[in-house]
Amino acid sequence: MKYLDWNFITKYAPLYAEAAKLTVFIAFWGILLAFAVGVICSAALYYKVPVLRRIIQAYIELSRNTPLLVQLFFLYFGLPNIGIVWSGETCAIIGIAFLGGSYMTETLRSGLESIDKIQEESAASLGLNKWLTMKEIIFPQAMAISVPGICANVIFLIKETSVVSGIALADLMYVAKDLIGLYYKTDESLTMLVIAYLIILLPVSIIATLLERRMRHAGFGN
Amino acid sequence: MAQQNHNMLEVSGLKKRFGDDIVLDGVDLTVSRGEVVVILGSSGCGKSTLLRCINGLESVDEGSIRIDGEEVAVGSRSLTRLRQKIGMVFQSYDLFPHKNILDNITLAPVKVQKRSKQEARAQAEQLLRRVGLWEKRKAYPRELSGGQKQRVAIVRALCLNPEIMLFDEVTAALDPEMVREVLDVMLELAQGGMTMLIVTHEMQFARAVADRIVFLDEGKVLENLPAEEFFENPRTQRAKDFLQTFEFKKQ
Repeated sequence: MKYLDWNFITKYAPLYAEAAKLTVFIAFWGILLAFAVGVICSAALYYKVPVLRRIIQAYIELSRNTPLLVQLFFLYFGLPNIGIVWSGETCAIIGIAFLGGSYMTETLRSGLESIDKIQEESAASLGLNKWLTMKEIIFPQAMAISVPGICANVIFLIKETSVVSGIALADLMYVAKDLIGLYYKTDESLTMLVIAYLIILLPVSIIATLLERRMRHAGFGN
Repeated sequence: MAQQNHNMLEVSGLKKRFGDDIVLDGVDLTVSRGEVVVILGSSGCGKSTLLRCINGLESVDEGSIRIDGEEVAVGSRSLTRLRQKIGMVFQSYDLFPHKNILDNITLAPVKVQKRSKQEARAQAEQLLRRVGLWEKRKAYPRELSGGQKQRVAIVRALCLNPEIMLFDEVTAALDPEMVREVLDVMLELAQGGMTMLIVTHEMQFARAVADRIVFLDEGKVLENLPAEEFFENPRTQRAKDFLQTFEFKKQ
């Protein structure tokens, strides 16, 4: 077994730090948007809004059954043909939101649907309108139930950002591939890549576990 | 006041179908202000559906329901306002599990009736003390027994200052020892002059609390009598048979 080239590692670690910032930036905004998409779409599905519901179902199928890389190619190389030119970052964020939106929708929808009908009825009998019932009664309970699923989605989406290197964004994956190509320091480059992802994901994973435990502890059930 | 001329509740010619099942088949019912009416009948006779229709949780196929002279119309804007005149307590504990007892009670007064937090809390305190649960105000519903939950559910409905209270088999899911504490609260309410419409299977309680008994069978009102008269001398064979099922004699 040969030893890692520590000079190489210290020299190029700052590149990884820089790339990590981009990865986190894309993941953060992409996931935030995905969550917003999920909230809106799951509510529309929950209320069985005509037409919109069909459109959302079609969107979910399209989004979940096509690879993110293909979706990114479409946004980055395809859309300019019809006059829509977005930067790589914008495409990456929208791509993550497009993919994550469907996962968030399904997770939240199952949470919403698991809330007993009596909750809605007793809210109605107290005079709460639909909006108040959703905001005060249904959504908070559905969120608590959805926490494990949402956390899994968040981790999944952060990892998925690794494909944005496919549209020439200098994220972690891109830097690693670049260094391998330039210096053929495969072991060092990939080790740093793994560590960089772990530094980003382990805290997220720990927070997710704590959150899940808290929610389980809160265990609303009657 | 002009509205004093209306009956608190007027149901006329009410029909409700679920698919081919006729659940309510032309029900007429009036409840005047301050009156306590108990609805009796075997399972599936339409008792719960009647209450749900009155509260606008089910749409009606024919006939009309008026609360204090105003029509209950599902989907109308007036319904939310009208519902504040109606307090309803369900069979299954329907408290909001993610909110503590006090928040459960003050949610609607504050968010729907736009009352101040302090004022709603003050009323909640007074009501909770009355049912002996003020020290539980910070607890979550899961920490309460079934009987305590139902008492909170009653308080929650009362805190909106309703003009009529509907009770849908509120003790049916309770352990026997807990039935009493809930019924006592209801008895006290009745004595305080609250207009009440109660569905129950507790015959002794029905007899004690009711001014009038309405006996439903297959979606029709078979009897509508003062309570004593119904229990002593029911008019129909169906009601006699029904009452018989609650009697036990040594063989």
